[in-house]
Amino acid sequence: MLTLLGLCFLALLGLAVWGGSGRMPRAMFLGCAACMAGLGLAGGLALAGGELPPTPLPIGPPWAPSLIALDALSAWFLLILALVGLPASLFAAASPPPPAPVARAEGAAFPLFLAGMAAVIVAADGFSLLLGFEAMSLASWGLIAARHPRGPGRRTARLYLGFAIFSGLCLIAGFALLAPAGLGFAAIRTAPPEGWRAGMVLVLVLLGAGSKIGLAPFHVWLPLAHPAAATPASALMSGAMVKVALYVMLRMLMDLSGPAQPLWWGLPLVAVGAATALIGALRANLEQDIKAALACSTLENMGLMVVGLGLALVFRGADLRPLAALALGAVLLHALNHAGFKSLLFLCAGAVASLAGSRDPDRLGGLIHRMPWVAGCAMLGAASAAALPPFSGFASEWLLLQSLIQGWRVAEMSVQLLAAATLAVAGMAIGLAAAAMVRFLGLVFLGRPRTPMAAGARDATGLMRAALLIPAAASALLAVLAAPMLALGGGAIRVLLGANAHAPVTGFDLVLGEVGARYAPWAVAGLLALAVVLIAFAVRRRSKLEPTRGPAWDGGFMPPPAHLPFGDPLSQVSAAGLGQPIRRSLGAIALGIVERHEVAPPGSALPAALRVEAEDRGFTHVLQPLTRLRRTLSREAELLRNLTLRVYLSISFGTLVVLLALVALLERG
Amino acid sequence: MGFGQLPYDVAHVLGGAMLLVSFVLLYQRRTAALVNALALQGVLLAAAAVWQGYVQGAPQLYATGLIALAAKGIAIPLFLRRMMQSRMPDRAVEPAQSIGLSMLGGVLLVALAILVVLPATTGARALAREDLAMALSIVLLGLLTMITRRSALGQVAGLMTLENGLVLGAVGVAGMPLVIELSTAGLVLVVIVIAGFFARLLRERFDSLDTDMLHTHRGEGR
Repeated sequence: MLTLLGLCFLALLGLAVWGGSGRMPRAMFLGCAACMAGLGLAGGLALAGGELPPTPLPIGPPWAPSLIALDALSAWFLLILALVGLPASLFAAASPPPPAPVARAEGAAFPLFLAGMAAVIVAADGFSLLLGFEAMSLASWGLIAARHPRGPGRRTARLYLGFAIFSGLCLIAGFALLAPAGLGFAAIRTAPPEGWRAGMVLVLVLLGAGSKIGLAPFHVWLPLAHPAAATPASALMSGAMVKVALYVMLRMLMDLSGPAQPLWWGLPLVAVGAATALIGALRANLEQDIKAALACSTLENMGLMVVGLGLALVFRGADLRPLAALALGAVLLHALNHAGFKSLLFLCAGAVASLAGSRDPDRLGGLIHRMPWVAGCAMLGAASAAALPPFSGFASEWLLLQSLIQGWRVAEMSVQLLAAATLAVAGMAIGLAAAAMVRFLGLVFLGRPRTPMAAGARDATGLMRAALLIPAAASALLAVLAAPMLALGGGAIRVLLGANAHAPVTGFDLVLGEVGARYAPWAVAGLLALAVVLIAFAVRRRSKLEPTRGPAWDGGFMPPPAHLPFGDPLSQVSAAGLGQPIRRSLGAIALGIVERHEVAPPGSALPAALRVEAEDRGFTHVLQPLTRLRRTLSREAELLRNLTLRVYLSISFGTLVVLLALVALLERG
Repeated sequence: MGFGQLPYDVAHVLGGAMLLVSFVLLYQRRTAALVNALALQGVLLAAAAVWQGYVQGAPQLYATGLIALAAKGIAIPLFLRRMMQSRMPDRAVEPAQSIGLSMLGGVLLVALAILVVLPATTGARALAREDLAMALSIVLLGLLTMITRRSALGQVAGLMTLENGLVLGAVGVAGMPLVIELSTAGLVLVVIVIAGFFARLLRERFDSLDTDMLHTHRGEGR
């Protein structure tokens, strides 16, 4: 086990050097895929019983060797990383390489990104974990910055770097508070934080890991940064990096802070997660760029997972272990499902962007005829993301909603009310996410092509098709085998909730223990498949009529005029038009929207135009006040520049005396 | 080892004398007397170092004492005196604050140093504790001198006091390696050379040793 992990890490570091040289990028990415398969194998072996106890490495900081371990929780997240990393690496190998300097930067950063994420997951001391986290942040920034040497993409990269540094600093402070006895996880567990220190740890983890997950109000960078990178990197950031941050949150809040934390710990997580889910689902309906819409859908899913994590903390604080296991099972299963379908959707979007030439739905359309493989995979992913019953997203979101419904079992009135309100918000977010998936599929794959590029697109072939089929197959398997998979991850629940906890699973069914509600994915899938087969049989064989091809999905508009062989774009519904009802009715929750109706002057032949400008409220309510505060502070600090030598000396002397007085005071007290 | 035993008493007397001289440096107006007090403090430091070397049986402290005597007791005061004689008349240098206030501040600083050091070092030897308290007081007094003095010479005196306090603290602790002593003495020599250069530059450019005159010539537009 240790050998396998070590080989994979060394290989990834070697591949980073290789990638930096820019030679044979395809073989380099295939090597990354092999490493990801190896790490996934290690995770699977550890889940099946071959856990790796904390092992010191021959390297490390000066004061202690680095420790690595692979318990069930780490193994579960390693599996998630492999599930995203393997197809993403294959897709990277299949994509045409960018120009040389970009290819070299990406070739160096991509394996480092993978290695950083894996290092966070297998680390068993705070130092290694933070080292991996920072490597992950920096490498992912490199992947964004490499594509954008200047312009708005560069500003996005800078915004992302700012948030990455912020989250790293918060996590460093969090570990400093956790570890008075030592940075090793075992030492931290023996002395869990209490009182104000525990509260500070909660706040710092919420800020640090939370801003990496994209929790409101620190979500503004995510819909900008995730789509800005190349497609495989986007899939990794949206499918795996946020999960790594979720792992850090689980590890620090549920494992290292000890089981004795109070009930209210979960409440901020539930509230913030619900807000994030709603904002993400809303924005997914309003984005013009398909990758940005998928990134917003990531916000929605991560919000739901954080709600589940908060609920698990609440139930554990209220000493309701089976319910805590239910909520935690929902989180773990949804993390795995989301990794599967989100990487699938991102890779499909990347295939569309590279083969049909655009990421703007208003330049796509009708691709189901030209790209049946990509369209099929995207439909499977979208059905999973929309949580339709037999597909993979449904099982985990069903568990999550069930655990929210069980919120009344906690005696506190505040928790009951919050759970009820969160149930409503989460339901709304899930519904909106389904609407976003309909919009994605309908605009990109259905209807008529809107441009010649879209009409002439080719289907994904070879390696690219394989890269799409892997997560598609995983999603399909997870849909039917959700319960055995969660049972395999039962060890992770035991790591966090104690040896008595077990996953809410019986055989091939997901069950709620004594309550009796039960979801049998195999039965639902089987019945639906039977119905589909019967209908197909009836239509094909029993019908007297010949099949005919009807008009395309055109929203009731007229057929295209004859002089536009590819169809008039204006005769089909556009992305903004499809999102308009949601924007008008709910958009103001997440976005500050300005609509301007520009009427042409009398006598002019110009058409009237409706201009919509939207800005996330996170920018206007959080980032801009912070920017103003920084400006004010720097203006104040400017006053310090024009002082005399004696005043400077006096300032430092005064500071010294005040600190000494503080020391004297603390010693007395 | 405690009060009433010879090693402790002598070390205490020497440290106390240095502290006293620091107060002298804080209020002394006349440049000649200021240089004399500096020299006296250097000699006292040398004696304290030699005494500590004898008490601790650490011969390297004799070398420290010799360096202190040669540099701070003799060479630097001589240099300063010659510079004063050649560059400016023996006239009073006025402190910025009143003497009473700065003396009061000095007393408060000594009290603060004792309040900080004595509880923090419970368990250490009594000699080391008293020594550290006095050393910290001298350092703080040196800083105060640097602030209250307007002239370059006054600031040099403050810097020297500060450094003497550091060295006193270092020799009072058993087992401090000699290397650090040598480097500190070298550092101070460099600093004094720079300060001398600075004073000369001031004198030649502006015909004054007042550092406040530098302020308008800093080159960063106001």
